[in-house]
Amino acid sequence: MKNNVSMVHIVPRNAGCDSDGKRVQHQILKHLGIESGSVRSSKLFLIDYPITEDELKNYAEKCLHDPVVNSIYCNALNSPGQYKSFISVAKMPGVTDDEGTSAQKTLADFLGRQIDTNTQHIFVQDVYFFEKEMDKNSLKRIAADLLGNKLINHFEYGKPSDFKQYVPAVDVVVDNRVENIDIFIDDDKLLKLSRDMVLSMDIEELRAIQDYYRDEKVLNKREKSGLPSIPTDCELEILAQTWSEHCKHKEFAAKITYTNKVTGETKEIDSLFKTYIKGSTEKIRENLKKNANDWLLKVFNDNAGVVELNKKDTFIWKVETHNSPSAIDPYGGAITGILGNNRDPLCTGIGGGRLLFNTNVLCFGDPYYEGELIDTQLHPRRIFEGVVKGIEDGGNKSGIPTVNGSIIFDERYAGKPLVYCGTAGIIPREYKGRNAWEKHIDKGDRIIMAGGRVGKDGIHGATFSSTELNEFSPSSAVQIGSPITQKLLADFLERATERGLIKCSTDNGAGGLSSSIGELATISNGAIVDLENVPLKYSGLKPWEVFLSESQERMSLVVEPRYIKEVFNLAEEMEVELTDIGEFSSDGDLVIRYDGKTIASLDLDFLHDGVPRKHMNAQWDGVDVNEPTIPEIDDYNMVLKKLLSSLNICSKEWVIRQYDHEVKGKSVLKPLMGDGNSPQDAAVVRTSFDSFEGVAVSNGIIPRYGDIDAYQMSAGSFDEAVRQIISAGGELPNLEKSNGIFWTVNDNFCVPDSLYDPVNNPDGKVKLAKLVQMCEALYDMSTFFDIPMTSGKDSMKNDFKGGGKKISVPPTILYSMAAKIKDVRRCVSSNFKAADDLVYVLGETYDELGGSEFYRIYNELGANVPVVRPELAKKLYTAVSQANRESLIESSHDISDGGLAVCLAECCFGTAFGVNASIDSIASAGRNAALFGESHSRFVVSVAPENRERFEEHFGKRAFLLGNVTGNGKFTLSENGACLIDSSVSDLLASWKSTLEIME
Amino acid sequence: MKKVRALVITGFGINCEEEMAAAYTLAGAEAVIVHLNDILVDGFSIHDFDVLNFPGGFSFGDDIASGRVLANKIRFKKLPSGLTFIDEIKKFIKAGKFVFGVCNGFQVLVKLGLLPDLSGEIKQEVTLTRNDSSKFEDRWCYCKRADNVKTPFLKDIDIIYLPVRHGEGKLMIADDNVQKKILDNNLAVLSYCDSTGKITDKYPLNPNGSEMSIAGLTDTTGQVFGLMPHPEAFLTLYNHPDWGRLRRENPSIPEDGEGLKIFKNIITHIASQERKDEVS
Repeated sequence: MKNNVSMVHIVPRNAGCDSDGKRVQHQILKHLGIESGSVRSSKLFLIDYPITEDELKNYAEKCLHDPVVNSIYCNALNSPGQYKSFISVAKMPGVTDDEGTSAQKTLADFLGRQIDTNTQHIFVQDVYFFEKEMDKNSLKRIAADLLGNKLINHFEYGKPSDFKQYVPAVDVVVDNRVENIDIFIDDDKLLKLSRDMVLSMDIEELRAIQDYYRDEKVLNKREKSGLPSIPTDCELEILAQTWSEHCKHKEFAAKITYTNKVTGETKEIDSLFKTYIKGSTEKIRENLKKNANDWLLKVFNDNAGVVELNKKDTFIWKVETHNSPSAIDPYGGAITGILGNNRDPLCTGIGGGRLLFNTNVLCFGDPYYEGELIDTQLHPRRIFEGVVKGIEDGGNKSGIPTVNGSIIFDERYAGKPLVYCGTAGIIPREYKGRNAWEKHIDKGDRIIMAGGRVGKDGIHGATFSSTELNEFSPSSAVQIGSPITQKLLADFLERATERGLIKCSTDNGAGGLSSSIGELATISNGAIVDLENVPLKYSGLKPWEVFLSESQERMSLVVEPRYIKEVFNLAEEMEVELTDIGEFSSDGDLVIRYDGKTIASLDLDFLHDGVPRKHMNAQWDGVDVNEPTIPEIDDYNMVLKKLLSSLNICSKEWVIRQYDHEVKGKSVLKPLMGDGNSPQDAAVVRTSFDSFEGVAVSNGIIPRYGDIDAYQMSAGSFDEAVRQIISAGGELPNLEKSNGIFWTVNDNFCVPDSLYDPVNNPDGKVKLAKLVQMCEALYDMSTFFDIPMTSGKDSMKNDFKGGGKKISVPPTILYSMAAKIKDVRRCVSSNFKAADDLVYVLGETYDELGGSEFYRIYNELGANVPVVRPELAKKLYTAVSQANRESLIESSHDISDGGLAVCLAECCFGTAFGVNASIDSIASAGRNAALFGESHSRFVVSVAPENRERFEEHFGKRAFLLGNVTGNGKFTLSENGACLIDSSVSDLLASWKSTLEIME
Repeated sequence: MKKVRALVITGFGINCEEEMAAAYTLAGAEAVIVHLNDILVDGFSIHDFDVLNFPGGFSFGDDIASGRVLANKIRFKKLPSGLTFIDEIKKFIKAGKFVFGVCNGFQVLVKLGLLPDLSGEIKQEVTLTRNDSSKFEDRWCYCKRADNVKTPFLKDIDIIYLPVRHGEGKLMIADDNVQKKILDNNLAVLSYCDSTGKITDKYPLNPNGSEMSIAGLTDTTGQVFGLMPHPEAFLTLYNHPDWGRLRRENPSIPEDGEGLKIFKNIITHIASQERKDEVS
């Protein structure tokens, strides 16, 4: 804590200029039930930099003050008499303070002085004043449960007269010692050591490390380097990071014995990844080659997959999760998630890609949950709001449109939410004659760290995300992203790569330098890092902490010595900090030095391949499910409205509008079309302004089906993503020779702990069996359609523990698909286009209500889960694409959650039209199944009357006529002439929109 | 005839530079994107250009207040010439050239005092601040052009439909005197309205609570123009959220977007001025 720094207090002139104050007052009452009276928001700038009284006054008036809406006060806190309480929300020491940094830059411009903007001299905090005098307890709740997060914020509160200045200066004792760790101890002590150091290693792994340090050759080499025979702390930390589940995917690489008790089958699986994921893509590559479709350029072995877009450009696509950090700090977790994921396409191959769009898929608990929370668990509403705000800032402030997404609500996501962040980019095929998607490194190339400085942030992020959350989770796992720092970095990288100055690049994400350099070193077969050169945010980090820190907005660049000067000049001009921290070698070792002394040396083969393979057991016992008896329904209007307003179906407009989904000016199908109320299936964006080529992007995720059948859940999710793209006007790949239609998929598995343990995880074998089944479906579906996985990620420990309870997510898979659209002008949106158009269902409807949203409103699960019939699906999708070439379809919407009735209503939303339809043509499935069943591979389409004959001839028995679009804004759905649903579209729209509107 | 030259500024979190440049290219001009530091540090001259553009984005993350930090840079940072960028912009305007700001660019022009600049002293007279909804919103809005406006950017435009994408777009005016002058000089050139052109302060038609529903302003010369909605995001029909229905109703509907008109207007105007110069 420091005193006597200068202070500028900025306060809105009156309530009319203070929409934040109004919002806070409203939220305190609504979410916490506390009457605060009127609220005045304000900002306090603390300036820990020597400037005179006059300079301060001038700076405040000319640089910080908005004369129209603000009043400013120098070196005084303005607290008008009518306010009886205050709360100040400051950032804790070392937490990113972008606004402070911007204020510093402005101070430097204003004074015309060079001020080191890489260390923090200006700290910004929010100060709120409240009309009512409130007790400390209420103020503490408002501070910690609404205004900030105690993991990253420091709060002061009380009467305004008690205000104390808090400066978050970092005060860490300098301790750059390197410790040697004796690992030759008994197993119990060894495991305790692993826990105490947060290494997250099991006994097999620890023994493998013991063996390495017993190896004569290793010991001889260590002696020559002046290293002790036992590991240094730095070495153990590097091994733990590299071998973490997060980085090495040990469970997807494990040998699995799978026993299916229902079929009696037993099989040995030699790695889920190799068998199903890589295995399917290899098979597809063969299929594609036969047809001269050679668009698969890079799969799995870089930060993101790469496919060919056209003769000039390539397309990069990556989806990641950021679940654990989002559970404890939703905003920070989500914003680092999206910014971190952005760096993957930016740093694929040589790097420098231009980012085209983001996607986000989120799984939360019920935001209206009213029960007790366990220990450190945050309320699902807070997680929801914080994550959305994080995605908003991460995307909007980076100028990347968030074009598509989905939100799933299920109480099992109330502990750990799932936060999937996707990013696509475009990178030229070549820079100065070199293939841009390839990475080459030679001995002697320099290792350059670019971007933000290193602090204690996020140390142990990789090992942390590989364990379940509990009340002792380290707060250093929390980081806040800085979009502006990353934007500067991305702008720099784009220019530097274009000029051919960068040999390749990679992102510093989980595991920090340890991960990025550890991986790059495998290309040249060695690297030497001089850690003392790494620039720090503040002193006091141990050497291993510098190497492992996950401080954000950093990349590692590989630069040939001849380009060093030019690269550094360019970076300086573009205000990006670069540091030369070492060089690549070729002797097989990763060597870390500090002040000239070697503090770690590890054999790269051991580092990357020395981790013992796991053996796991999976057992499927079948599941006991039945079809329920649903009581006679006398009001179908009510059922439809209930469905439309249910969390999983309701309008997500509240979220969508907070994301900029149009920046870059290339959007063709947006999340909401028509008059702004029409939900769409896939998003479509153009890839350049020079042509009408584009990309469609979609998501498939239906976790609730997994409670009945994990295979069909995975297959159905795959089909959902495919049919959305088909609906929007896409075409399946590989149907013709070398037509250039690429599809590229990220698979993201998020599952609960699936490692059997009789005490801690008694149903681990069943969970693993479900994972196996999900992978089997992935293989079957992708190879059937020739739609390949190109990248992906698994997150294996999605459990939240506390107070003797455990909340585990349901096994979840997300398929994120992107496909080339040859001409975006042929795309089809979901909303009806004209009265009197005919309305059809394409594809067959079965008695498949199992796992449906319809059953959910009766608290039933059911047994008849929708089944994917790939042959039928493929024929239909091919026919739809042909029909679109002939412009036979005016609108198309895929049928999913809530079934036909919901789908038809959504086709009316955002238009002035209604629909008059009957379910007679599909009634053989049963009335409820016809109305609300979620059978896969179906579309509701509308057809202009003049095309009726051609349309019906084209689709034959696959098309089922329902009725027609009307101009009267009425929604009627009947059976055998008897009306089942009769409502105005505007009433249905109101039901659909109301659920999340009241979030505010 | 020489092509009209448009300069598009980028860097520091500006992020609509590509579509802004594409708009000028599509409209028939030559567009150059330049990093702000090329001007501030390397001495790149803006005077070879006809129109200077500040695109949308989040310069400096909207820190302190939207547009503020960038405006400070333009006002205070010394160029290699010893002048500041604002000095150069003054010269640029004095030479009869044009300055255009969209969204964050509009915020920068307002905070600099280039809009509306009633006093002629380039000091801030209005502001763009936090939306009444207190959040960022992306939605399409109708805007009505005022009568008797001086600026060539809006020639032959009556109602225009464009996306807004901002968290700080609420225009507030310092006092009644400023408001009166804005009205007297017809500087509030664009206002949020309903689909029939009726100006309204009803949310979400007026998406942010702007005073007098103002969406765009010019200075007294008409050479400086700024607006919150994004014309560069509506360059083709296929950007329109209801393009499928529009094309169904009118199969021969033009493929140009309405936003392109603003760029065509300024280019045509500059080109015709040059022709006049050549003749005289």
